[in-house]
Amino acid sequence: MPKIEIDGKTIQVDSGINILQACELIGIEIPRFCYHEKLSIAGNCRMCLVEMEGSNKPVASCAMPVADGMKIKTKSEFVKKARNGVMEFLLINHPLDCPVCDQGGECDLQDQAMAYGNGISRYFEKKRAVKDKYIGPLIKTHMTRCIHCTRCVRFGEEIGGIEQLGATGRGEDTEITTFLEKSICSELSGNVIDLCPVGALTSKPYSYIARPWELKKIDSIDVMDAVGSNIRVDTKADKIMRILPRINESINEEWISDKTRFAYDGLSSQRIDKPFVKNNGRFNELSYSELFLILKEKFSNVKKSKFFALIGNTVDCETIFSFKHFLMKNGLYNFDCRQDNSFFIPKDRSSYVFNSTISGIDETDLCLLIGCDPKVEAPILNARIRKRFLNYESQYPVGKIGLTSKLNYESIQISNDSSGIEMLLSNEHKFSSYLRKAKKPIFIIGQGALCNKNAEKIFYKARELYDSLNIEENWNGFNILQTFSGRTGALDLEFYSNENVNKNTDFLENIYNGSINLLYLFAADEIDFSKVPSTTFVIYQGHHGDAGANRADLIIPTTCFTEKQGIYINVEGRPQISAQIKSPISNVMHSWDFFLELSKYIGSKLDYKNLSELRELMFSKYPVVKNINKIKKNKLQKTKFVRTFNANEILKSNISNFYMTDVVSKNSKTMAECSKMFLAKS
Amino acid sequence: MTSSFKEFASDSLQPKEFSFTAENLREAKIVLKRYPKDYPEGALMPLLTLAQKQSKGWLPKKAIEYIASFLKVSEIKVLEIATFYSMYNLSPVGKNHIEVCTTTPCMLRGSDDILKVCEKFLNINSGSVSKDKRFSLTEVECLGACVNAPVIKIDQDYFEDLDSKSTLNLLDCLAENKTVKKGSQIMRRGTEPVRRK
Repeated sequence: MPKIEIDGKTIQVDSGINILQACELIGIEIPRFCYHEKLSIAGNCRMCLVEMEGSNKPVASCAMPVADGMKIKTKSEFVKKARNGVMEFLLINHPLDCPVCDQGGECDLQDQAMAYGNGISRYFEKKRAVKDKYIGPLIKTHMTRCIHCTRCVRFGEEIGGIEQLGATGRGEDTEITTFLEKSICSELSGNVIDLCPVGALTSKPYSYIARPWELKKIDSIDVMDAVGSNIRVDTKADKIMRILPRINESINEEWISDKTRFAYDGLSSQRIDKPFVKNNGRFNELSYSELFLILKEKFSNVKKSKFFALIGNTVDCETIFSFKHFLMKNGLYNFDCRQDNSFFIPKDRSSYVFNSTISGIDETDLCLLIGCDPKVEAPILNARIRKRFLNYESQYPVGKIGLTSKLNYESIQISNDSSGIEMLLSNEHKFSSYLRKAKKPIFIIGQGALCNKNAEKIFYKARELYDSLNIEENWNGFNILQTFSGRTGALDLEFYSNENVNKNTDFLENIYNGSINLLYLFAADEIDFSKVPSTTFVIYQGHHGDAGANRADLIIPTTCFTEKQGIYINVEGRPQISAQIKSPISNVMHSWDFFLELSKYIGSKLDYKNLSELRELMFSKYPVVKNINKIKKNKLQKTKFVRTFNANEILKSNISNFYMTDVVSKNSKTMAECSKMFLAKS
Repeated sequence: MTSSFKEFASDSLQPKEFSFTAENLREAKIVLKRYPKDYPEGALMPLLTLAQKQSKGWLPKKAIEYIASFLKVSEIKVLEIATFYSMYNLSPVGKNHIEVCTTTPCMLRGSDDILKVCEKFLNINSGSVSKDKRFSLTEVECLGACVNAPVIKIDQDYFEDLDSKSTLNLLDCLAENKTVKKGSQIMRRGTEPVRRK
């Protein structure tokens, strides 16, 4: 371990790190534009210059690895002069438009010009002007401001797999652009906005909306997909202005997907704010007492077997638990959380979570995708796979069974249908040779493989293949990729009727064939409403109007995820708390309060009186929800042997449009624009 | 330096298609063999040169796309190279493409005058094509023949040790399709010291 001296302090550091990182270790801040922890080193902005003994010239600290006996000065007059010079050069062509620039107030160049700049310009020459580029509906460009740090280009190559951005020309003529100004077509493109140290790449939906110092910043959790990315929500006057990523190395590192970042505008349209009842095809407003009257009548008249309740895909644990509690207190046991009727094993957590964990992907030596399209279902998780692919010592083998979009790493297509599993088992495919060698493989079983008639067989056949491998002890790489933020929680809280699951009843068929008289949908919009018979009375409780509310006979408003604190369990089985961003709109009750009121009215009694009691109750019954931010490792349970395997099921992801997967993203104008732009092409 | 011939030609000038002729394809395959198998993108520059030669001195959009798919690299990577180096042109050039070096050594030896002579004779500004499409003129960065500065390059040939008179003479000959003397214009052999009388 080399010993170096920085500003008179001697420290011992790991070899292989650079001077900039060493300085950070002892709390010395080095200014920089092009250097970024997650990207490769470019060394082109020259802002991080430091003085090194024995060198006549200042050295770029980001590009200089530490060596034993180095003596570094970061605060000398020499360094100050060097940085001052670099700053002056950077500002020669940078416009003085901070008052109209969206980056103003959180701009690296602005901050560093204050700290290291001259304050007065010595230049009277004309500044260079660069034409703005169109690179899609999400990113606004103002290329005159660009200082050519190439962070965006490196992000594209190294993280996002977007080989579309590049720097053309040279010297003064350098411009960042895409080939023929094509839009950047990627699920992670929004991250270049955060990376850009100046105002060259800014958010289009956020343009000219707010200044960073006006915003209230709240840490929360994303619910647009099952990954549970950590986010920061910036609000102004109770309205969401923008969403930014928060660093969590074990989940999303520093990135979020475009849906997470931009779908929030869907929150403000089609909001259900009052109870409604359908009379002769028209919705009429109701008061809560009228609503309770109708509900009491409906609940008292329905036969228990003719009732069915479905809960939606993005519902928090508290709501799921209070709904289940309410139903069971009223003797109603017919409910489920799987609108797609996907396969899982009750009480076996390893059958529905991502067992290897997301950060576990970094250790793997093989990846097999079965009916799963990670790029569309969980772009952040896909970026991890890509990272592993790029960092792996030799060729990282990725096998695919089923159809996917164009992945941004090399993969071997084994088959389009489930027959691939059998081919691998009997060593008929060249991918088997990789499998046999793997010590820490991951299998990722997508919902595309688990939402069909043969799901059980496919699941167990995949297990058979996994178990046949020569796997390191204590490694569980048999992963199920959930696609919705509320699903793992609902399965953990057992929001399904044991009877249905054990008998493998197709409850959706029951709903469609009219054997259900009263259908209670809690934010469930994904069933085929054209098949629900008109004689079924449909209650829809939710926050945004979409397919479910459209078909409903009775609409009950509820608070949406930004209006309450709620626990969500992510794809790995990690409970996280999403924050309350704004106060609920008037006259709309939290789901748990609503069920409390309703049971008072219809004469049943619930075991909680408020949210904290509800949580206590939930934690005591389902302790797994209690360990916020912690993951309990799962062991694989015993498997069943599949005798006859009909391997002709074409496997296809359950998500066809990345940009629209729930009521919020479906109501989002930004997402609509993206799907129009990017899906027409592919 | 103002960049010239570095912006794509208008769509009306862009050919609909581009692919290597059989002869050039053979050549391209020979070129590819010179580079490591895992890094075919190494062959990017010679292939761009080949494509430029095939389409009369400039690279249409289609040629860039063709080379990108030929080497399996992204189009923007090809464009980065094609715009970085001054020897690639993205819009049509004249039959005689004159590149005047204006980097420091040539500038000190009078390249400004030479550029002016060229502009006056051809009646065009640097970075454009003459009306009859026989000449195009551009300034370039160092052509690497500083010893014999000032230097201009016309297509593949260098003309060195120039002054206003010899440049004018050279342009006259080209305009009248006469043969011209390549290399040094003051009878210097290679880069030998000039003998003073």
